[in-house]
Amino acid sequence: MATEPREKPEIEEREAEFSTMSGQPIEPLYGPEDASADPEATIGRPGEYPFTRGPYESMYRGRLWTMRQFAGFGTVEETNERFQYLLDHGQTGLSTAFDMPTLMGYDSDHARSLGEVGREGVAVDTLDDMEQLFAGIPLGAVTTSMTINAPAAILLAFYVLVGEAQGVPAERLGGTIQTDILKEYIAQKEWCFPIEPALRLVTDMIEWCTEQMPRWHPVSISGYHIREAGSTAQQELAFTLKDGFTYVERALERGLDVDDFAPRLSFFFNAHIDFFEEIAKYRAARRIWARELRETYGAKREESLRLRFHAQTAGVSLTAQQPLNNVVRTSLEALAAVLGGTQSLHTNSFDEALALPTEEAVRVALRTQQIIAFESGAPNTPDPLGGSWFVEKLTDEMEAAAYGYFARIDELGGMVEAIRQNFPQREIADASFAYQRELNERKRIVVGVNDFVQADEEPTPILRIDPALERKQVGRLAATRARRDGAEVEAALAELKRVAAGEANLMPPIVAAARVRATEGEMIAALQEVFGTYTESPVF
Amino acid sequence: MEAATARKIRVVVAKPGLDGHDRGAKIIARALRDAGMEVIYTGLHQTPEQIAETVIQEDADAVGLSILSGAHMTLVPRVVELLAEQGVDDVLVTVGGTIPADDIPELKKLGVAAVFTPGAGTDEIVDFIRAGAAERHQQGE
Repeated sequence: MATEPREKPEIEEREAEFSTMSGQPIEPLYGPEDASADPEATIGRPGEYPFTRGPYESMYRGRLWTMRQFAGFGTVEETNERFQYLLDHGQTGLSTAFDMPTLMGYDSDHARSLGEVGREGVAVDTLDDMEQLFAGIPLGAVTTSMTINAPAAILLAFYVLVGEAQGVPAERLGGTIQTDILKEYIAQKEWCFPIEPALRLVTDMIEWCTEQMPRWHPVSISGYHIREAGSTAQQELAFTLKDGFTYVERALERGLDVDDFAPRLSFFFNAHIDFFEEIAKYRAARRIWARELRETYGAKREESLRLRFHAQTAGVSLTAQQPLNNVVRTSLEALAAVLGGTQSLHTNSFDEALALPTEEAVRVALRTQQIIAFESGAPNTPDPLGGSWFVEKLTDEMEAAAYGYFARIDELGGMVEAIRQNFPQREIADASFAYQRELNERKRIVVGVNDFVQADEEPTPILRIDPALERKQVGRLAATRARRDGAEVEAALAELKRVAAGEANLMPPIVAAARVRATEGEMIAALQEVFGTYTESPVF
Repeated sequence: MEAATARKIRVVVAKPGLDGHDRGAKIIARALRDAGMEVIYTGLHQTPEQIAETVIQEDADAVGLSILSGAHMTLVPRVVELLAEQGVDDVLVTVGGTIPADDIPELKKLGVAAVFTPGAGTDEIVDFIRAGAAERHQQGE
């Protein structure tokens, strides 16, 4: 990396902040002096170590990214309809959003679920719900992503049993379940257990999937929520990769071979509005992961070194003001994800700062991806920005910033200790507050919010969740409870607690309990009897 | 104004319900603290009962409820109701988050003093709470 002081061009510059949204200063010009000293080693070729230019040789010439719109609201019937609608409009993979009670491990009839059922996603309490959610959708022919973490093992068990009922064995099911519990403590804040038993569950899932579900991704190591919580791009990159290394270390401690499980770890990054910074982030992520997996964790298979990721455009970049402008923001973000080499993509709908998206807004979001894929020409060649002095320099700086954070986290004793000491939480809160202050002071402009404001806007029609859906879901749950064999459920929950108290893998007793229609909430409560719960001491 | 400075303005910033979106709540908490107020942030996943209890125990001048889950029409009325049951009628109740425009008049009818939706500036919120709390202090002294 060149460090020579550069000659500033003698030009008049306008009064503006020349830095990325994460605060990385941008030079007046980039040139050959910014080029890597050893481009063969640091940049290489697509599909080859260190994968800076992409995980595959042909990239989108071989296969386009998967267009995967996240959907879920109301009861399983409404969400099943939305799934069918998206598949009919050319979507190529499913992605399930669960409601808050499901994410927190509460059944729909729990007191804490009141008013929250089906609001931010779909409510799933039992195997009966999961069967209805995927009714008419052949699980052998689609891949499914499920965004759930603390109770992930239970939802995976439900999914496996739906596959079984359709005649699709677990080893043929393809998809991803998020399971990334560390970023919950850092940013997303939906937890059920203390950190250590939660990590045991993650490792149990990695182990079980390695044996039983070779096409499944048991963990999607996620920076998305870290970024949405207000982090910088550098923090998103560093904390996410460090979470990933922590899961690798846990699986190695379990006695697994890194080359058996690492190929099934995947990532999930934010696609924010600062175009080049985001592209640099994805390129740096691939390079760091490949290097660390090979050098630090001893991986030998190429598949273990390839970082593959899903991207979602930044919900937090969308404005409630002049919401149609969000179509433009989302297009830029989606293009950055594509130029950064994403394997799958969700584009947000323009009305998401207001409520869950309407069908029209969802369609425009999907069309945005189709326009990039089929009209823009962006997918014609891998890593089209590779070799740009500017982008390569940003990539190097992004990488250096990540290693800076790795060192600070290691000093604290690793990621789990850092989380206990509120380190990533505080870094994010500081970054988010600093950004807000820049908006207040109009050092940064968000069109329609702190400049170019428009008075008397027309109201945007929004999706309303019918409050009756909550009663309907509570009714579905009551029917399942009435129909099942209570003694079988009791026995399955007792067995779950027994295994939780020991060291054996928890997946088999969870699958067994799911099969006899134990509810999600019952299984979580049983595990909490053994593991306890988690309370954060928040920093701001 | 002099009477109001005798005691720092006390504000409870609360996250009712199950959603984990605490970015806004933390920014507001910090902006209020930087403005010289005493801020009690409840943390996440609070029940309305816990929030009402905190407001009373802390003798708060104002409470800010941050909700991005769509559950505001269940959670906000419950907090207001619990405060009223305890005879607390002078605490400034504000709501922030993704609140659809149509719900705002209904929340105000319940006694919510202001609803701040996405894009609201922190200065605006600080000023509103300072003015409302000053009024309470004057009435109380």
